[in-house]
This record gives sequence, structure tokens and C-alpha cells, in this order.
Amino acid sequence: MSSTSEIDALIDLMARLPGLGPRSARRAVLHLIRQRGRLLQPLAGAMAEVAEKARECLNCGNVGTSDICDICTDETRANGQICVVEDVADLWAMERGGAFRGRYHVLGGTLSALDAVGPEDLRIPKLMDRVTAETISEVILALNATVDGQTTAHYIADRLESRVALSSLAQGVPIGGELDYLDDGTISAALSARKRL
Amino acid sequence: MIEWRDQGILLGTRRHGETSAIIEVLTETRGLHAGIVRGGAGRRMAPVLQPGAQIDLSWKARLEDHLGTFSVEPVRSRTSVLSDRLLLAGMASVLSLLRFSLPEREAHPALYHGSTRLLDLFQHPDLWPLGYLRWEMDLLDDLGFGLDLSACAVLGTNEPLSYVSPRTGRAVSALGAGDWADRLLPLPDALLGRGTGDTQEVLAGLRVTGHFLTHHLAAGMVQKPLPEARARFIDRLEAKGG
Repeated sequence: MSSTSEIDALIDLMARLPGLGPRSARRAVLHLIRQRGRLLQPLAGAMAEVAEKARECLNCGNVGTSDICDICTDETRANGQICVVEDVADLWAMERGGAFRGRYHVLGGTLSALDAVGPEDLRIPKLMDRVTAETISEVILALNATVDGQTTAHYIADRLESRVALSSLAQGVPIGGELDYLDDGTISAALSARKRL
Repeated sequence: MIEWRDQGILLGTRRHGETSAIIEVLTETRGLHAGIVRGGAGRRMAPVLQPGAQIDLSWKARLEDHLGTFSVEPVRSRTSVLSDRLLLAGMASVLSLLRFSLPEREAHPALYHGSTRLLDLFQHPDLWPLGYLRWEMDLLDDLGFGLDLSACAVLGTNEPLSYVSPRTGRAVSALGAGDWADRLLPLPDALLGRGTGDTQEVLAGLRVTGHFLTHHLAAGMVQKPLPEARARFIDRLEAKGG
């Protein structure tokens, strides 16, 4: 409990963020207040700006500050490849890797019988439109190696396999991974996808 | 504190808060049961908590009707089906139908063992579609909507059986059906344990079990449509059967 309701309200809001609870939110708010000029005011300004400008790209579903995101407007990335990901966080992870220089398509989730998520709840129809409208030579399905992720990948593959080349991310031993600590599903996937040296 | 330990099939997982997961499992002695797995949303547990996995469970709660918490150890992963479209669709159909049709905390040991056998049969590509059909018959039987294919419902004899009554699930011979034949469902050999058990016969059998799942089990229990996963599985099987 702080001395003013405004600060309490800020703590309550911060405590709702992923990774923060009431105690860590209090510490963060106290730190911000102590660093008012260097942190709190720039943060407030940046948040207000993002709150006003942030929107979903109408083409790929990425988050940006314009109707069409920077990746979709970058002509150097029009290399005929679309990488399909489940969520914006996955797109950001791919971009961190820096290995992919094509464009993306964010589905906004996966098919899920449990949560009653069907194809029409995802951005699958838009993906079909893009494959037709843009000159696409390959669709890379970078979906999670889970039952729902792979069910979604197979569903998309069924609809696209006669129209465009399809590929998916490899499954196996992660860099730095030790076999002794891997689950048996990962080991069997890695063995199936072994490559000749 | 109430505690029990059993083995089970993981039917589904959903995230609970930032680090935990709520799982639904089918066990031999407790039936369909849910509970929280602390740390279940973390990186270490994610490969273990994949639907279809066989897991060892310890459940603990203060009161019997509480959700309770599970401690989970892996027994057998079934993630090898992920790369095969038909197998994955088949497994999703099995798990969805179990979750859809079973009441919570009511033991169905025969169905549990049948489901475990079927999921293990997925390693045999030629056998499992017929095994799946038998499993749907067992599911109907276990829930009180079983087909009676022992004798003709009209004549009471063992004449060659050709039809099933869409209302009672009892078999009818061609002679017994007479003018009513067009109102009955054709009885495929696969349901009688005869024939070659090829994809077309399995599909014909699934049309019959699908009728009883839709019009008897689903309509009678919750007034909801069958899970979409079953239709997707049949679409794939039809595509395979060409």
C-alpha cells in the first residue's frame, strides 16, 4: 500500500504484466519513481505513443505502427517465401535469429478442439489469398512442435500442397542440448531426421 | 489430504496462469480427471504434457471435490505421430471423443485399456484404422449405445445380417428388413469382424458408428455437435482411400 491512490493504481496495472506480481510491481514502480526523468517520463511517453499507433498489419498480422508493417513494405524481402508462424512472439523470435529474409504470416493461434478454435478463427483464409496474390514459391510452416501446432500445419498443407512448395522447420536436438536430458519424442524425431555427414 | 496414484492418457492441456497448466487425463480407476500441474507451462514439462502421452500421475487435494494438483512423470510419449497427417488426425479424434463423451470422475476401465491399446497400435499403419473403428464401437458400448449385431432383430435368427436399425442399433437380415430396407443403415462387413478391413470398409463402418455418435450419444448427452477432429480424421481417411 503506497501513500496515494494513483501510485496504487499504477502498481495494480504493473502487477498484471507477465512475469510480475504485486511485490515485483511495487519494486518496479518505486524504481521508476526514483528515476522519474531518466525512465518514468520517457516510458510514459513511449507507452502513450504505442497505445495510439500500434495496430495489426492488415497483410500479415504482425504488430506495427502502420496499416502495413515494415517487413511487408520492404521490397528486398519479397523473395517468394512466406514463413507461417502462430504468434507475433514467434515472428520476433525468427527475426532475432536473422536467418530468414522473406515475409511472414501470423495465424493468431492454432486449431484446437479443446478451445473450439476452427480454421475460420485464424488467419488461414488470408494466407490462401496471399499465396494467390503475391508471387509465392514456398510456404515455410514454422509452427510449434505440439499436437495443435502440427494439426494446424497439416491442415494448411492439405490446402496448399497442390499450389506451392511447402516445408516445415526441422525437429531434433537443440544447440547445446544433451541427449540424456531430452524427452524420448525429441530423440526419436531427431533420429528420424538424421542427416548424412 | 486426499491422494491417489495411477497411470493415464493425457487428453488435453491448457495453460493456467503464467507457469502452471490444467490437464485432463483418462485413468483406469478414476476415469476422466482434471488437475493442475505446477510448472506445467514451463520448458521442462512441455514435452511431457503433449496430448496422447502415457503418464504416471500422483493426485493430491485437501477435499475430494477440489480440482487438486498432479505430479506427473512420463511413461511413454506418442509424439511420433506428429509428422504423419493421418495418424495425428486419428489420435486427435480419439482424444476429442473421449473428452467429449465421458463424464468426469467415473471409471471406465475397459475403455481406458481399449484406448491405450489403440494409441499403441498407431505404430502399425495397416492395422490401426480397423482398430479405430472397433474402438468407436467399444466407446458406444461403454456409454450405453452399443450395437447389437448378434442376431436379426426381426427374425431372431443368424441369417446373414445386412442392416442396422438407426433407432435401436440392432442388426437386421435382408429377409427380415423386407420393404423397410431403405430406412435402415447398411451393415458393413468390418463391423461384423469380416471382410478385408480395408480403408473403404472402415469408412463404411465409421458412417454407421458416426450415426450413433451423432444422433444418440451427442444428442442425448449434451446437445452439442461431435468434435470437429472426428470429421477431419474421416476426411483424411477418405483422401487416403482415394
